[in-house]
Amino acid sequence: MQRFRSLGGLLLLVSLLAVACASSSPSVPAGGSTPTTTAAYPMTIDAANGNVTLDAMPTRIVSMSPTATEMLFAIGAGDQVIAADSYSNYPSDAPTTKLSAYEPNVEAIANDEPDLVVYATDTGDLQSSLDKLKIPALSEPAAATLDDVYAQMEQLGLATGHADEAAAQVSALKQKIQSVIDQVGDAGKGMTYYYELDDTYYSATSDTFIGAVLSELGLKNIADQAKGASSGYPQLSAEYIVQANPDLILLADTKCCGQDAEKVAKRPGWSDLDAVKDGGVVELDDDVASRWGPRIADLLQQVGDAVTAAQASAHASVAGSG
Amino acid sequence: MKHASRLEGTHLVAGPARPSAARARRRAVRWTVIAFATLFVAVVIGLFAGAVRISPVGIIGWMFGGGSLTDQQKAIVAELRLPRVALAGLVGAALSVSGCAYQAAFRNPLADPYLLGSAAGAGLGATIVIVLGVADVPLALPAAAFLGALGGVGLAYAMASTRAAGRTSTSLLLGGVAVASFLTALQTYVQQRNTDDLRAVYAFILGRLGTSSWHEVWLALPWVALACAVLLASRRLLEVLSLGDLEAASLGAHVTRDRAVVVIAASLATAAAVAVAGLIGFVGLIVPHAVRMATGASNRLVVGLSILFGAAFLILCDVLARTVVAPGELPIGVITALIGAPFFALVLRRSGGAR
Repeated sequence: MQRFRSLGGLLLLVSLLAVACASSSPSVPAGGSTPTTTAAYPMTIDAANGNVTLDAMPTRIVSMSPTATEMLFAIGAGDQVIAADSYSNYPSDAPTTKLSAYEPNVEAIANDEPDLVVYATDTGDLQSSLDKLKIPALSEPAAATLDDVYAQMEQLGLATGHADEAAAQVSALKQKIQSVIDQVGDAGKGMTYYYELDDTYYSATSDTFIGAVLSELGLKNIADQAKGASSGYPQLSAEYIVQANPDLILLADTKCCGQDAEKVAKRPGWSDLDAVKDGGVVELDDDVASRWGPRIADLLQQVGDAVTAAQASAHASVAGSG
Repeated sequence: MKHASRLEGTHLVAGPARPSAARARRRAVRWTVIAFATLFVAVVIGLFAGAVRISPVGIIGWMFGGGSLTDQQKAIVAELRLPRVALAGLVGAALSVSGCAYQAAFRNPLADPYLLGSAAGAGLGATIVIVLGVADVPLALPAAAFLGALGGVGLAYAMASTRAAGRTSTSLLLGGVAVASFLTALQTYVQQRNTDDLRAVYAFILGRLGTSSWHEVWLALPWVALACAVLLASRRLLEVLSLGDLEAASLGAHVTRDRAVVVIAASLATAAAVAVAGLIGFVGLIVPHAVRMATGASNRLVVGLSILFGAAFLILCDVLARTVVAPGELPIGVITALIGAPFFALVLRRSGGAR
């Protein structure tokens, strides 16, 4: 402090501080921002894996869940993420590593010296191993509803000191989803869809997260007939899909299994389906479809556009025939 | 499955004492008729049953060029149901006949079509093609599985032949076990390096008839037909081989060469089946045994009966797979094991009592 005894020195310090403050607020780095709320650490979070205590704001987060990675970046906590699992391929500046979420290697995780680990599934005793190493961990398991998505984003916001931004992102997400619902209006009522998980016709019923999201548009899921087989993800009979003749075929197997509208049209017995003839085959991004992150709104928008288009073509064909 | 009730009667006739040639011939004719009838019934049930209810009258009418089916129903029967029945029959026949051949050639009742590393080889072939991203190239996937299956068997052969003992059935078996473990490990490694493709790999390898089309039927048919023809022609050979290497040699058989012919033909059939339908377990193990125990017949008759009963068995199993939880599907392997194991136990008990 000796140095700043002079007036000049004090002035210099003040001006430096002013510059620092001025430059920090407008230039938000792509990955994150300085925490907006003065969160009170230590804090205890009531999470899916019990009460999690954080002594200080986490700055070395390891995300073992692609969805959590997307959420952390969306709420401005991206800069605090030092490593993400091998499937965390979004956003592009996510620090993707070779860490496997399927076979978590706790030693490799500990090697990054994390002050918080976020995971979706507790595979291979991940939680108890982290407990032993005294590394705090947050479980953000697969969401069942959109409300779960909002709650997880808010919880991650609270934990990382980005509660305000998380709240803002949640309300933006809600708005986006509502705007798709408004855009579709009654067009989706009575319309049926087949949701394809792979090219052996595994599907998802309305009991699943993706099914619940799609039912927001008023669509009817043809896989619900097969709930007896498996409440979540039944394998459907090709005969049944052809007979059900769904208005929309939603392909969530474009990446895993290389499916597209052209290939669907070539399947035996499928060429006469309305969805195939009228452009109702929607090619989704497998990653977005299998996660429960903020990009779910984009997926809903894609399906919503298809619903609107399908209704327009239905009107056109009625007009044409009449 | 209907013939289970006839077991006792048959076994009185086919007792331990050697029946006369005339009796044997009568028995052969009778069982051949029963086998064809069973297959016919299975095909009819396979055509009439499905996730979608279509009137049998309509289907029969359509087959004779008329009828009242809608275009959609015609598409379901012609492009989905019929090829599925055909493929199930083809795969069932292929697995059963190769199981029968392996059991005789190795004199091992536990031998099944996947014994010599064909399953592991097929899995590796399919995984490599999927991982390389060339699975879209027409025929690449079935061809890789087919070549992988044959490669696995070939490797087992190569290993066994380097042993000083020569190609005895034991050294071949051991070679098969080693090759299977090695190829499975290799496949798992490639798969773990490319977990993004996990779903596609499993979708291909796991037993599946749900996506059958005529394409697969035509792909498998020539190989299965060829293998069946070769094995039918060598049915006497199989009987000699099943006596054991020394006995077979003393009867004038060229054991090593004869066994090679049989194993290659059986491997061809297995490779073709795996390439189009993935790995369907239990069929190749239980059908030949059930036939053997039910008829009391020697391998000479069992080869042909295995083809027919094997086809019927898998067609009926697939009917269950696609109707029990319709419009959902059950994995075909679950059905073959659930139906096959108790049925096998029943045959085992009955035939044991008769002896």
